[in-house]
Amino acid sequence: MTDFITYVIQGIPFGCVFALVAVGLVLTYKTSGVFNLAFGAQAFVAASLYYVLHVRHGWPTLLAFALVVLVISPLLGLLLDVLIFRHLRTASPIAKLVSSLGLLVAVPEIVTILVLGESSTFGVVGIWWNDNALYRFSDYVIDGKEMAIIVSTLLVVLLLGLLFRFAPIGLRMRAVVESPRMTELAGVNADRVSAFSWMLSSLLAGLAGVLLAPLYASLAPQNFTTLLIAAIAAAAFARLTSIPMALVGGLLLGIIQALLSGYLPPASVIAQSVKPTLPFAALFLLLLFWPGLRSAIQNKDPLSGVDPPPDPSVAVTRGRFLTNATRVSGVVVGTGVLLWLLTAATTYWIGIATTAVVLSIVFLSITVITGMAGQVSLCQATFAGVGAFSTAQIVKVLGLSVLPTLLLGAAVAAVVGALLAVPMLRLGGIFLSLGTLAFAVMFDTLLAPLGWVSGGAHPVSVPRPIGFVDDRPFLILCVVVLAIVSVFVIFIRRGTTGRYLTALRGSETAARSIGINPTRIRILAFAVSAGIAGLGGGILAVQKGVAVKEDFGYFYGLFFVVLVVTLMPSTVEGAINAGVGFALVPEVLKLVGVSSSWQFVLFGLGAITYARHPEGVLEFQKGKSLAAIQKRLPARLRGPVPGPTPVPTGGAD
Amino acid sequence: MSLLDAVNITKRFAGITALDAVSMQVESGESVGLIGPNGAGKTTFFNCLLGMLRPDAGSVTFDERDLTRAPVYRRARAGIGRTFQRIELFAGMSVRDHLLVAERCRLGTGRFWKDILNLAAPSGDEKARVLATLELLRLDDVADAPIESLSLGRGRLVEVGRALMTEPKLLLLDEPSSGLDASETAALADTLRAVQSERGTAVLLVEHDVEFVRTFARRLYVLDFGTLIATGATAAVLGSAEVRKAYLGETV
Ligand SMILES: Nc1ncnc2c1ncn2[C@@H]1O[C@H](COP(=O)(O)OP(=O)(O)O)[C@@H](O)[C@H]1O
Ligand SMILES: [Mg+2]
Repeated sequence: MTDFITYVIQGIPFGCVFALVAVGLVLTYKTSGVFNLAFGAQAFVAASLYYVLHVRHGWPTLLAFALVVLVISPLLGLLLDVLIFRHLRTASPIAKLVSSLGLLVAVPEIVTILVLGESSTFGVVGIWWNDNALYRFSDYVIDGKEMAIIVSTLLVVLLLGLLFRFAPIGLRMRAVVESPRMTELAGVNADRVSAFSWMLSSLLAGLAGVLLAPLYASLAPQNFTTLLIAAIAAAAFARLTSIPMALVGGLLLGIIQALLSGYLPPASVIAQSVKPTLPFAALFLLLLFWPGLRSAIQNKDPLSGVDPPPDPSVAVTRGRFLTNATRVSGVVVGTGVLLWLLTAATTYWIGIATTAVVLSIVFLSITVITGMAGQVSLCQATFAGVGAFSTAQIVKVLGLSVLPTLLLGAAVAAVVGALLAVPMLRLGGIFLSLGTLAFAVMFDTLLAPLGWVSGGAHPVSVPRPIGFVDDRPFLILCVVVLAIVSVFVIFIRRGTTGRYLTALRGSETAARSIGINPTRIRILAFAVSAGIAGLGGGILAVQKGVAVKEDFGYFYGLFFVVLVVTLMPSTVEGAINAGVGFALVPEVLKLVGVSSSWQFVLFGLGAITYARHPEGVLEFQKGKSLAAIQKRLPARLRGPVPGPTPVPTGGAD
Repeated sequence: MSLLDAVNITKRFAGITALDAVSMQVESGESVGLIGPNGAGKTTFFNCLLGMLRPDAGSVTFDERDLTRAPVYRRARAGIGRTFQRIELFAGMSVRDHLLVAERCRLGTGRFWKDILNLAAPSGDEKARVLATLELLRLDDVADAPIESLSLGRGRLVEVGRALMTEPKLLLLDEPSSGLDASETAALADTLRAVQSERGTAVLLVEHDVEFVRTFARRLYVLDFGTLIATGATAAVLGSAEVRKAYLGETV
């Protein structure tokens, strides 16, 4: 019994942090419809600023804490609302999610580059007067860091309770949370409420960040991102609606995690992988089985009928001029580069070109699932990993030759994709994205470390196929595979599957009304997409000679989406642009002499524009500059000036 | 046995009873009108018939098959087609593609392996049938225009055409004349009559244009606040005092 209580007490501090994050997530989701993945990034900003002020510059604890948590964090929230999310109010939830994903990728890198610099970030000090002070409550002991967390959380709960009960803005927020439309009809200024809730949730992010920082040895953005994803489970427990439930969910999560690690034999494999996996498994299961959550998706606001129709979808028709210009320059440049690679280029550049080609294959999987099927999957890197590990293991265990095995690896990934899609598709929208994210992290923590998957501590090596051992022939092989997969994708898009997917994207209601079975067609899309990712992953392993789990971590899954979405999610050309960008941008940055982390900033910020430019911001800019050039041309040479013509075509009900 | 037999359909939304035990029968080839003031539950009834909404109680039998629990696409394949009050088109598709995709869906010949082998292009037959429908609705001049460039009225016609391509036995039309001018409305009515006489399609029409209803429907159902308040032959129903009061806002 004392063991039990000890474990429960051990779980409370982390549970409190989960709870703070979950409350923040629920707040912004309910008041602005944004599922804010950037919350982890906001926490990291606060933790970093606090660290720099307090530890590096020796500011007093309280001053640093007050400035960072009470001033800068709310301002950051206000900034995000005013600059980004306020303008996305009518955008789809999924577009909002992608925007916040862009921030999650970009912001920590900006902070690392501008605030933390290259020097080490060890020795984070907490806000309690003595981090290591021990407090005894009869048999149980907690230290200063944990005390700080518990006391702050209690304070926050108390203040939130008072705010929602007595303060006018709190009452309005509560009303907005119940029914945004009703509140607006009652004349409440939604902008003010949303700004306030962003500031409040950002304050919670800052607080969580500062409280959490000393629990880790050094400041690393991954810790905050992982924590954020874990806390989503608590938010899901609260059905993304109830703040008290979010608190309970967070605490439960922390406590169960502590109980698990307490009772499971400490050295066993299960204990080592189950504990970190728990929040993601919980999220996954909650998404699938938590009844309240599913009904929260179905039962919309009682006043949803009075909503203005969603933004008109914009016809993104590429002008013929742009199409031809792109094609011609693409072929010319492509051939030129290929010739150079095959004759004069050094091994180094051949390696980079190969990476570009292989990643292009992986990115074609995003063209299928996001560009064609309109679903944002955050586990494409994991599918690539499944393909890579399967290929490596089959070659090793069965001794098959590499080329056919790559296809087997792709098939395994396709099956995994289809199996994942079956339950996930019932959810749809952002819940599908969150589910794929949970799957990706679960794979990383639970399966990827296992011997029979990745080889564990000894990654499985994969030989290059006979005849393609040298770098140049291997590059040619990759180019051929890319060409085949590209044609495959183009045929699918032109074919029945592609048309059905376009119909479903345009109006799922109407598509079903003519007899299209959305589930079947989307499972197919998932399987195809996962298969392509698996093939790309397998080839990546062959290129490197070994399948390493670090190449397929969940963060890559996030970055891949951000990258492709910034470029052009809907076309083969966009995937190839993304592949080239992935391999080349770090080189360019190196040449210019700046940190290669800027690539995350670049593409992360690019993804924020997804809501407004679903065709990809680069494509949008290209179209705009071309239009400008064409205006200067004599009329005879001018093609039709490209540009979207917005006309309402309806949308999902 | 009627073509459509909907029995005691009840649907509640968070406290509002949008439909209260509404029953309706439609025979093959019949023209039936469903009228009622805004918010009476007409669209909700369509949504329950086709499965976009799950009714809280009641059953739907169509063509001798119990579809109460069937998903939308099954009901569509069983032969119920519809258009939408708030227009629902496929962004990024041409007018012709709207009809082609519905035609392909009806035939059910789309196979993934055909896609991969680039064998999925529309056949001559498919193209011809689509063209015939386009001509019937006088949409052939905009066949290859992007759907975004159409007026609301012609967008509605595309919806009708798309529904017709699935060769429904019963066509549900939700306020098809809104956005159409008088001559377009008359043309639509003629087209619908032509389709009915040619294919024996039954039509269930929700419509505010009383003239359209009077000339088109043989029988009427009248909904008010989710309850059926009258049903019978068109002229009789439109003449009844209760209907005039509820629907036409007349005081007797
Ligand atoms: N998805 C929904 N959620 C909540 N209430 C709804 C929903 N759809 C319709 N309603 C309500 O049901 C009632 C009937 O609406 P509707 O069927 O659209 O009427 P009609 O088509 O006859 O104008 C209205 O009060 C409307 O507000
Ligand atoms: Mg209606």
